[in-house]
Amino acid sequence: MINLRIDAQPADAVATPSENGQTDAILMTRSLNFWYGSAYVLENVNCDVRPREVTAIIGPSGCGKSTFLRCFNRMNELIPTARLEGSVVFRNRDIYDRAVDPVEVRRQVGMVFQKPNPFPKSIYENVAYGPRVNGYKGDMDEIVETSLKRAALWDEVKDDLKKSGLALSGGQQQRLCIARALAVQPDVLLMDEPCSALDPIATTRIEDLIRELREQLTIIIVTHNMQQAARISDRTAFFTVAESGAGVLVEVNDTQKLFTTPTDPRTEAYITGRFG
Amino acid sequence: MSAQADAVPAANVWRPSQARRRWSGWLFYGLAVVSTLMGLVMLGALLFDIFTDGVREVDWHFLSNYPSRIADNAGLRSALLGSLWMLAFTAIIAFPLGVGAAIYLEEYAPDNWLTRFIQLNIANLAGVPSIVYGLLGLGLFVRWLELGRVVLAGSMTMALLILPLIIVASREAIRAVPDSLREGSYALGATRWQMVRQTVLPSAAGGILTGTILALARAIGETAPLITIGALTYVAFDPNGPLDIFTVLPIQIFNWVSLPQKEFHSLAAGGIVVLLVVLLTANSLAVYLRYRMQRRLQ
Amino acid sequence: MVSQWRDALNNVKSVPRAHPTADAAASEPAGLDFARSRRDSLRRKFVERSVHAVLFLCALISVLTTTGIVITLLGETIQFFGEVPIVDFLTGTRWTPLFASKSFGVLPLVNGTIVVALVAIVVAVPIGLLTAIFLSEFAPARLRSMVKPVLEVLAGIPTVVYGYFALQFVTPILRDIFPQTQIFNVASAGIVMGFMILPMMASISEDALRAVPRDLREGAFALGATRFEVVSRVVVPGALSGILAAVILSISRAIGETMIVAIAAGLQPQMGFDLLRSMETMTAYIVQVSLGDTPQGGIEFRTIFAVGTLLFVMTLVMNLLSDLLVRRYREAYE
Repeated sequence: MINLRIDAQPADAVATPSENGQTDAILMTRSLNFWYGSAYVLENVNCDVRPREVTAIIGPSGCGKSTFLRCFNRMNELIPTARLEGSVVFRNRDIYDRAVDPVEVRRQVGMVFQKPNPFPKSIYENVAYGPRVNGYKGDMDEIVETSLKRAALWDEVKDDLKKSGLALSGGQQQRLCIARALAVQPDVLLMDEPCSALDPIATTRIEDLIRELREQLTIIIVTHNMQQAARISDRTAFFTVAESGAGVLVEVNDTQKLFTTPTDPRTEAYITGRFG
Repeated sequence: MSAQADAVPAANVWRPSQARRRWSGWLFYGLAVVSTLMGLVMLGALLFDIFTDGVREVDWHFLSNYPSRIADNAGLRSALLGSLWMLAFTAIIAFPLGVGAAIYLEEYAPDNWLTRFIQLNIANLAGVPSIVYGLLGLGLFVRWLELGRVVLAGSMTMALLILPLIIVASREAIRAVPDSLREGSYALGATRWQMVRQTVLPSAAGGILTGTILALARAIGETAPLITIGALTYVAFDPNGPLDIFTVLPIQIFNWVSLPQKEFHSLAAGGIVVLLVVLLTANSLAVYLRYRMQRRLQ
Repeated sequence: MVSQWRDALNNVKSVPRAHPTADAAASEPAGLDFARSRRDSLRRKFVERSVHAVLFLCALISVLTTTGIVITLLGETIQFFGEVPIVDFLTGTRWTPLFASKSFGVLPLVNGTIVVALVAIVVAVPIGLLTAIFLSEFAPARLRSMVKPVLEVLAGIPTVVYGYFALQFVTPILRDIFPQTQIFNVASAGIVMGFMILPMMASISEDALRAVPRDLREGAFALGATRFEVVSRVVVPGALSGILAAVILSISRAIGETMIVAIAAGLQPQMGFDLLRSMETMTAYIVQVSLGDTPQGGIEFRTIFAVGTLLFVMTLVMNLLSDLLVRRYREAYE
């Protein structure tokens, strides 16, 4: 089923350590090209993601934002016709290297989806799912409580942890999904338009949560809402559709700089609403 | 309305043909209704005939006695027990194999010639006459494996017969599980099998069980393959395990129908009443499970 | 030019932000005690591979079943043809393998099989097709959802029950109308078999009818056609390959049906088309030999595998053909 052709170079050839012996990016892509069947989706993307920051990915629809996000935890290869070239380096290791187990990658790079997708199980079991599949043998009650607290959901659900996750409101479901992802202690959390299915109040709560979480982990968030990117992110990457039809990275910069003094005219056109 | 129609001369030209068209339309509609009713009436006649013939035969004596040459003493005991033993082992064999095959085809199988060949095989096996399965069971299990005419040989034959039904129903149930749950599971670091076991199977369990029960109901009523592998028509003792020789409910019924005496025909009707009640129970269970599953998904 | 972003950006700045420093790294919540050793990783991979292999074997059972059927049937059949020339088998009109003067012409059994199947088809096809038309074109959704499950019950009734019904209910009626009717006769078995396959005929035809696109129907209605005209000139022709597939599958089912004929059609292999007489079908013959005390291993017993092979080939060809037709109408409309 996984017939993703991996054309990766050795990680050490692309990861360029900085002077102090550490790379300052936790995740980076090098010459990343991506296809679904014959459709060219991403063209030569080189992007660095710094640790403990919120990186927002913005751009017009169809520019490959979500596909790009899914490259970071190898979720794309669940689609049979997907094909990737280039490399995605996580902590100095190419995650598309043949020796790397995608399951291991996904343990360290968590993900929250566009539509809340809690399992049809109790709230408790939803949060305990990740630790369980990863062979956690410790105190499960504690990990469920901590994760729900970190996702700012504990106070609302602590009295009925046995209730089905599907019985929660949309915003609560999404926070449950965040708690579920946090329970496996990932280093990176990918969020694919996590607020697009939510009302404004629920959105505000998730945004507050994202700002709190960046103290603890690296967040990459795809958003179609530029205001949201400006409100919550430290850095912003702007993608657009190239002439080849594939998505390209136009620029990535501190959010403040990208929105106030964009270097590329295409970025300027997009953020001032002249395009997209 | 009619005044208006009269005012338009052209309408007159069409009127005779209109009437004929309407008439043929009604005739056709009538035929369609009558045809649909015929199926229902036939079902009603069948059930009425059998229940009037057989229901007075069914009592504890009938269920607990062995078959006999004397109609008054004859009962279904060995056939009922034989059906139960056969069914139990059929379920034990067919359920894991069928669900396993369905999981493989839905969650694991690559899109290649071998997968397509397997699917073609399953589709065709569903259309193979049941008596051919009987010949397979006779050649493979009774003679080649030298099991003899025992419960296990019958169960294995029946398991192969209902396998396509279980596979098709299970695949449908697995396909109905939304992909978002699969993605959610993978994103937490689950392996494929963890994803299947902890996310897909619990969600698909209702549909899989429903399909399995319906398939087993089919096995309860099948007669021809068991006759071919040599299940006996006259058994006056309790089968006590998978390696005992046996008979089943429909074979006992067949045996009674084939006898010339009228008393035995009533016994056959009684046996059919018992068989239909068993099937009705199984089907109700399946319908109930389906209903519960639908409610849980909402 | 970018004043519109000021508010949002200021909002970010107002949030106190500790920069990622060594301190922050130290205050990181301690990672979970996951079993992450190399051994565990290997064990997990082993489990995954084993499960994959086991599931694959489950799926492979279907191929093995087909192989088993072919080998079992052919093994005995080839031996059979070692003793009886295949031409004699396929063209002979006398079938007396269990008598002293043996003759192995299978045509009487084929004749019986086809005659019973024809009677069944004559019952099932018109009634099934009209039922399908009623359900897909006329019946309101509620009525349809009530009638369909009841018809499905017909398909779920064990065939031995139909056999009883044919012999005990239909045959006496036939004998009242046509006194020359034999106790075991083709007509009663065929009629009852027709009702047995009726649900399948109706259900596959209905699928085909419903697959005809709405706009074709609406186009015809817009031209002033009555419902009957739409059905007979647009819908049924549009669904023809699907309906044909249903007919072929019904024939295949009728040919393979065993218990009804074994109970109600009798055990006399003979040529001819007299529906009120007894005839033996291929399936009924297999049952007859299985029930009797024919010694296994002899030529008499081997006949059932030869007959079984012929039955298997006939139904296989028809099933493949109907599969092809169904695929054709799916391609046409989907």
